[in-house]
Amino acid sequence: MNLQPTHELHKRRFGRNLGLGLVLGAFIFVIFGLTVVKVTRGDFERAVQGRTAAETQHLPKGSE
Amino acid sequence: MTDATTNTNVQAGAPDQEAGFGDYFALLKPRVMTLVVFTALVGLLAAPVPVHPMIGFAALLFIAVGGGASGALNMWWDADIDKVMRRTKGRPIPAGRVTPDEAKALGLTLSVFAVVMLGLASNLVAAGLLAFTIFFYVVIYTMWLKRWTPQNIVIGGAAGAFPPMIGWAVATGGISVESVLMFCITFLWTPPHFWALALFMKSDYDDAGVPMLTVTHGRRATRFQILAYTVLLAVFTVAIGFTAIGGPVYLAVAVVLNALFLKGAWTIWRRDDAACDADSHAVERRFFKLSLIYLFLHFGAILAEAGIDRLGLSLGGWG
Repeated sequence: MNLQPTHELHKRRFGRNLGLGLVLGAFIFVIFGLTVVKVTRGDFERAVQGRTAAETQHLPKGSE
Repeated sequence: MTDATTNTNVQAGAPDQEAGFGDYFALLKPRVMTLVVFTALVGLLAAPVPVHPMIGFAALLFIAVGGGASGALNMWWDADIDKVMRRTKGRPIPAGRVTPDEAKALGLTLSVFAVVMLGLASNLVAAGLLAFTIFFYVVIYTMWLKRWTPQNIVIGGAAGAFPPMIGWAVATGGISVESVLMFCITFLWTPPHFWALALFMKSDYDDAGVPMLTVTHGRRATRFQILAYTVLLAVFTVAIGFTAIGGPVYLAVAVVLNALFLKGAWTIWRRDDAACDADSHAVERRFFKLSLIYLFLHFGAILAEAGIDRLGLSLGGWG
């Protein structure tokens, strides 16, 4: 028998599914926020160049 | 898909009742998580290196998830003793709402997730410390020490003491004397805190066959050990007031709290079981509650000192 949209299982597990959905949604926001911060700070560029944040700060202007 | 395959109650090993989202959340020991998050936050903010708020928030979240994952693994392994003890028989596994295998899967998945994500969000030192904390709590404490030695709480307390070190490592990328001092506060605080609980939980640990000090050495010896560790803790926490993470605010808080804590430990030491039964362990229960406030206020004072330093209001030459 196919699951119907109003199947008893949907009602029974609504709270669990809603909770999980909210957690996954929040996780996406966290990843998005982290990505924005790391990209704007230039973390990824430094990683590609193999330099640390401290090394970058000591470089003369325009040499990055 | 048939009804038979969607109805979890007909599957082998299924729980007695349908688990809600709150039951899975309860596996993560949210009250313990509060302590983990708060002490990690203090470690993060007390560090001399500023952290971007988003990275700090994400790091704390992953530290909390890692702590919660180790709680789920603890409940999976200890399901047999949890159902015997009054304090723990309402937990999701002994209550029949979640199966042990579900708890194990959740714990393992979230452990790997938390360590990897913390490594990506901050650095490998913090991630390594979180991985070691989970390993220490689950394997060293839960699987090995807890059922083997009355020193279980003393050594196992290290697991709950690591979060401020992880927070510090998120900011600095390393370990330092200051972060080890914060580790020592929780490490020395754990024995009197748990032994007070063991005193008023009476036969719980005995029934479960857990070799708590009250079971192996008796209640008299436990009272003495509480006093001994409280004296050691008081000397140590007051001494921290003169280090880089201390200061006048911390010192004032530490002196007051340790005076109260020592008074409580002294009263517990002087009591006998007849006096405890007469007032339903009122003194031990009060000492246990005070121990929670004690830890939060000590770390709160370290946080306050860090804030004072950031605002440039610290007294010159202190620390």
